[in-house]
Amino acid sequence: MAEATVRTAAPLDKARILQWLQTYGVYAGVALLLIVNIVITPHFLSAENFRTQAVQVAPVIIVALGMALVIGTEGVDLSVGAVMALAASVLALYLGYGLLPALIAVALFAAVAGLANGALVALLGVQPIVATLALMVGGRGIALVMLPQLEDLHNPSLASLGSGDIVGVPYLILIAAALAVLIAFVVRRTTFGRQLLAIGDSRPAAQLAGLPVRRVLMVVYVVSGLLAAVAGVLATARLQASDPTSLGNLMELSAITAVVVGGTPLTGGRISIGGTVAGAVLIQLLTATLIKHDLPPSWTQIAQAIVIVCAVYAARGRGKR
Amino acid sequence: MAPPAEVLAIRGLSKTFPGVRALDGVDLVLRPGEVHALIGENGAGKSTLIKVLTGVYRPDAGTVEFQGRQVSFATPLEAQKAGISTIYQEVNLIPLLSVARNLFLGREPRTRLGLLDFARMNREAEETLRTYGVRVDVRQPLRTLGVGAQQMVALARAVATDARVVIMDEPTSSLEPREVETLFSVIRRLRDAGIAVVYVSHRLDELYAVCETVTVLRDGRRVHHGRLSELSRLDLVSTMLGRELGEVRAEGLTKFSGDHHAADTEPVLEAEGLTVPHKLHGVSVSIRPGEVVGLGGLLGSGRTETAKAISGALPIRSGKVVVAGTSLRGGSTPGAIRAGISLLPEDRKSEGIVPGLSVRENIALAALPRLSRFGMVSEARVDKIVNTFIERLRIKASSPHQKVGELSGGNQQKVLLARWLAMNPKVLLLDEPTRGIDVGAKAEVQKLVDELAEDGLGVLLISSDLEELIEGSDRVVVLKDGAVVGELTGEDVTEDTLMRTIAGDAPATAATKEVATDG
Repeated sequence: MAEATVRTAAPLDKARILQWLQTYGVYAGVALLLIVNIVITPHFLSAENFRTQAVQVAPVIIVALGMALVIGTEGVDLSVGAVMALAASVLALYLGYGLLPALIAVALFAAVAGLANGALVALLGVQPIVATLALMVGGRGIALVMLPQLEDLHNPSLASLGSGDIVGVPYLILIAAALAVLIAFVVRRTTFGRQLLAIGDSRPAAQLAGLPVRRVLMVVYVVSGLLAAVAGVLATARLQASDPTSLGNLMELSAITAVVVGGTPLTGGRISIGGTVAGAVLIQLLTATLIKHDLPPSWTQIAQAIVIVCAVYAARGRGKR
Repeated sequence: MAPPAEVLAIRGLSKTFPGVRALDGVDLVLRPGEVHALIGENGAGKSTLIKVLTGVYRPDAGTVEFQGRQVSFATPLEAQKAGISTIYQEVNLIPLLSVARNLFLGREPRTRLGLLDFARMNREAEETLRTYGVRVDVRQPLRTLGVGAQQMVALARAVATDARVVIMDEPTSSLEPREVETLFSVIRRLRDAGIAVVYVSHRLDELYAVCETVTVLRDGRRVHHGRLSELSRLDLVSTMLGRELGEVRAEGLTKFSGDHHAADTEPVLEAEGLTVPHKLHGVSVSIRPGEVVGLGGLLGSGRTETAKAISGALPIRSGKVVVAGTSLRGGSTPGAIRAGISLLPEDRKSEGIVPGLSVRENIALAALPRLSRFGMVSEARVDKIVNTFIERLRIKASSPHQKVGELSGGNQQKVLLARWLAMNPKVLLLDEPTRGIDVGAKAEVQKLVDELAEDGLGVLLISSDLEELIEGSDRVVVLKDGAVVGELTGEDVTEDTLMRTIAGDAPATAATKEVATDG
């Protein structure tokens, strides 16, 4: 077979370019936006600006990490924004007992929310988009029942969590970075990560290979809920106010966008954590660029749409096996 | 106007993919009413030839003349409309639509108001399918049918679209002997109606039963063409493999070495009274270490279900499974696997391999927990196991990191075998282990099964290939309608006894257990 080697046929090269774009396009995009901004945007190259951008994108990254795991199982978690709101409410309610007890309460609520999603998907076989839609709608409702309006929070520990830093690097960024490294490690090196990818690629095969499919799916949705709660707590800490009405609104879409733009296919079986982080950064930079040049917010949305379409187009080439 | 002497004439067809010359100046001429066998090992170029013919690929060179006109189809739909229909290996229909709608897809009868005429569609679908020996509720979604019945629907659909040439790509790979007979009668009907058939199959019996002419491809070139009756089976195999005759003869047509010496020991697997509503009615099977037990029977007789029930993939209502003295809780795949049961599923592509993962990941998949410490995978231990099995099973991949989905069927099957052997199983359940893989790989898999039995594994073998079942098994348990109707042992393990047992006119001499009590 190998003796008649003929290279470079046009259609396959196209596929190769698309594949390259899906894997590395997001990094190229980030690099491009950085260069463009350094050239055209005044005061872009300042520590202060980078800090602002990074602090803004940190919650998106944290939520997107959980979303990447869920999407890796060929699922989706629409409830992450609602879980952020839930976290904000629970935090406000229990903050009177101190920060740590409040955080434990938040974690419990988030775990229960994740378990509910996981149970619907893994045990009852409900489609993820439907299962998590229930909590997306209901979760924010519950959050608002617990805390009907915005409430200012005056807790010094919480305030320092939101605005403190270590040698100039905000806690938010450190936490997001640590979580990204942790999740990347889980995906690449652990039994759980391998099993997750196999389940996402072919669930019947994973089942017959004796993998603990239900347990893995449950854990994935719980992790997604917990990460959303972390993002909710950090965003609340930064605001120094609990705002269940608008906190995390449309966060599910930002997170899905980051994951997809980062080269993780919606069909499951493959997860790029680096790409997910870069995807979130890309959208953040794009938005910031347009805002800094006084373009109306509608332009931002259009630009995002273009990026998403490009990402989905690049993903097409890979989908066909 | 006299019909053209040739309905299809392919001349000098070439197609190159990066790194591979899939077709190299291939000629093929079809006359109306000719049943033409197209054979070759995997990678010989059969699939590419079919895909060029049906508009999936564009040829790099050469011409295709169809009914006297030079054609070049851009899409499969165009080819189908012109009169070239294809039945692919994997059924290409829409699982969620009803059987009738699938049959009439794209040419649905309409009422005067332009709405779909369901009554007529269902009625006609039922009538059409009956002539193919398929009796089903045509209003049910297609996916509720067995694979064999689905294939009949696909065939009926192709024929109903006024095809002049019908290409069948391994049409019998999921059919039962009875259905194969039906298929052959359909093919003869097509032939009498002047329709040309291209028949692709790995099963020699079928080729000789139904085909008149033959084209043998090897490495993208036509290495033989002519009348099939003038080519002996041995010549056919050696032409296909490109090996010397003596070599082939010495190896025989299957790789099974005959009987094993299963000591008169305690069974390693005892399944008793397995009952699954509508599927199994008290099936019992026992296997001793070193023994290959065949599971015979027609499609829907409960062979696959028996294997799945034993492996925990199908929850049982009653009955029990005992592995080496330990009783299993039913309905738990992980539990069965821990006890030492491994199932190689019938549907390799959707239930076996994880196509997007690498050869390495696929082999290690089931054994991951034991290759890990504190939840972290030990890459060194994975590498060791993966390399051992790639070598031992002679898995051909460009590297352990190649995606399994890119491998040939035979190599995919070996990867699955490796996955299970890495678990040190006591019992191997092989459901159609050689279906759809080329002759060479088939022989290797058969030889491997033999070796494993020799090593003391208990093997349950399910195969629609009678030759394989008979030669491979030391004992054959015969199923019919979800119950055991007989067991063939010793001298009685022959195709003849098997078929008579299935037909029910010769009580098997050996212990006849658990005769069916209901449908």
